[in-house]
Amino acid sequence: MLKSTFMRSFLTSTWLGWQIESNWADPFLFLIYSIVKPLAGAGIIVVMYGVISQGNFDTPLFAYIYIGNAFFQYVAMVMTGVSWAIIDDREHYKTLKYIYTAPVSVPWYLLGRGVSRFIIATFSVIITLVFGAVFLHIPIQISTIDWNLLIVSMVVGVIMLSLIGVLLAGITLLTVKQSFFIGDVVAGVFFLFCGVIFPIELLPPVMQTIGKLLPVTYWIELVRRAMVGSVAEAFPTFTNVSDSQLLLILTGLTILYGIISIVVWIVCDHRAREQGLIDWTSNY
Amino acid sequence: MSQMMIQPVKDRLTGWRLFLMSIRGRSYPRIIGMQRDVTWLIFDVLLPVGTVAAYVLIYQAVGAPSDYVGFVVVGGAMMAYWLNVLWGMSSQLYWEKETGNLALYIIAPASMMSILLGMAIGGIFSSSLRALGVIIISSWIFQVSYAVTSFWLLFIVFLLTMAALYGLGMMTSSIFLLLNREAWHIANLAQEPVYLASGFYFPVKSFPFWIAAGASLIPLTLGLDAMRQLVFATGPSVGFLSVQVEILLLLILSIGFIAGAKRMLDYMERLARREGRLTDTRK
Repeated sequence: MLKSTFMRSFLTSTWLGWQIESNWADPFLFLIYSIVKPLAGAGIIVVMYGVISQGNFDTPLFAYIYIGNAFFQYVAMVMTGVSWAIIDDREHYKTLKYIYTAPVSVPWYLLGRGVSRFIIATFSVIITLVFGAVFLHIPIQISTIDWNLLIVSMVVGVIMLSLIGVLLAGITLLTVKQSFFIGDVVAGVFFLFCGVIFPIELLPPVMQTIGKLLPVTYWIELVRRAMVGSVAEAFPTFTNVSDSQLLLILTGLTILYGIISIVVWIVCDHRAREQGLIDWTSNY
Repeated sequence: MSQMMIQPVKDRLTGWRLFLMSIRGRSYPRIIGMQRDVTWLIFDVLLPVGTVAAYVLIYQAVGAPSDYVGFVVVGGAMMAYWLNVLWGMSSQLYWEKETGNLALYIIAPASMMSILLGMAIGGIFSSSLRALGVIIISSWIFQVSYAVTSFWLLFIVFLLTMAALYGLGMMTSSIFLLLNREAWHIANLAQEPVYLASGFYFPVKSFPFWIAAGASLIPLTLGLDAMRQLVFATGPSVGFLSVQVEILLLLILSIGFIAGAKRMLDYMERLARREGRLTDTRK
């Protein structure tokens, strides 16, 4: 029996989230669903690039774009997974009020709900990368991947994304169902500022500064370096910064954003209770 | 005591008046809701500009012609309509079923067609504000230059695209009612593949002919292609079919989808009476 409220909340909601995400279909249909979505997302980039470059995919820029885009699936999935649980439980299942009255830790419960999205995102990222390596000759080789760097970056990165998800969940507590895709749209901003599909040197100086204040920028750079070091070195953004320095910056920003997320959650949670928004349904 | 009693309805509307009143009643919360909670300005206008900008910068990174920036801006704006059709139309009745409103719609004397039309009109209004915001901000930031050849044709293309698109949404909302929890995931699944197939960020002519022809079953494919041909100088050179043919096809799709929506709704009503399953929420 789990005595820690945090762990009990987290593990139970992880199981619940996985059931909600996966038990609606037979495994084959679920597999199709998990393959088509990420490949279509990658397909947009491939067609855009292919139209202009006349199908010349054998360049460091394309590998840069493709790998960044593949890993970016984690950003939207994890952030949305955590924040969407508020709308799902409040307006769809109408159980948020019961969760609030139960002896569980709500932030840990939300983090658990994001785990299933993380698992699906992992599957999507692997499919996208394998497709890129096999059909588009992206220079990814299992033997040359820096596994230590990849694993450490992923652990810190997923914690960072989950904490930002808690921040968005707090905001979602105070907004109506219109903010359906709050995780997706915030991910869209990261998509622009964080050098996901183009080097941030292309941005105006002010926007470059914003990008350098966001942890996703460093996380994407780290996973790109771990996957294909030579591709990351072809672009000047962080050439003077070592892997360990990048990791240190990412960890520092994760702690900073974590503190901000917890404060925002506490404030929003308090306001939602005060204003009676825990069982709010908008139904536009 | 008598003041607390609900007053009886004196003028009970029937026929087309009831139809129009139902449309108004269902579109009202969508239109008025936008004024009551303005967070949509941030989440639906300002932040999506970020995604549009990211795709614009890809084109700039690979040295694409300047009109491609405009293609992305128009595609990014039209995305508001697709998201609305997907989440605010197709899966809306499923959502209403899950939250308990569907039974009230069916019990009410109004026709389901009028309720769907009300949802569509409210959705077009809210999506238009979002699309307009994205167009204005993105065009200003990226200095997109438009060369409109015919405002009338552009207006006709837009109207037909909306009619066909929301007709598709009305039709699929009935289909989604037949599904259970998978409805949500199927709507989710239809997002990125349609962005790809309909050419939201590139001319659909980039695909082989038969793939582009298949994608044309989604009205936005033809609508976007025709609009790009009408508003950009290089548009006609990357057009899939001529604008006139695309208008004709959009007209056929509009009629087909709206007629399909009526047929599907009638089927759903029969099913509701026979099996009593429409208000069954299997969570």
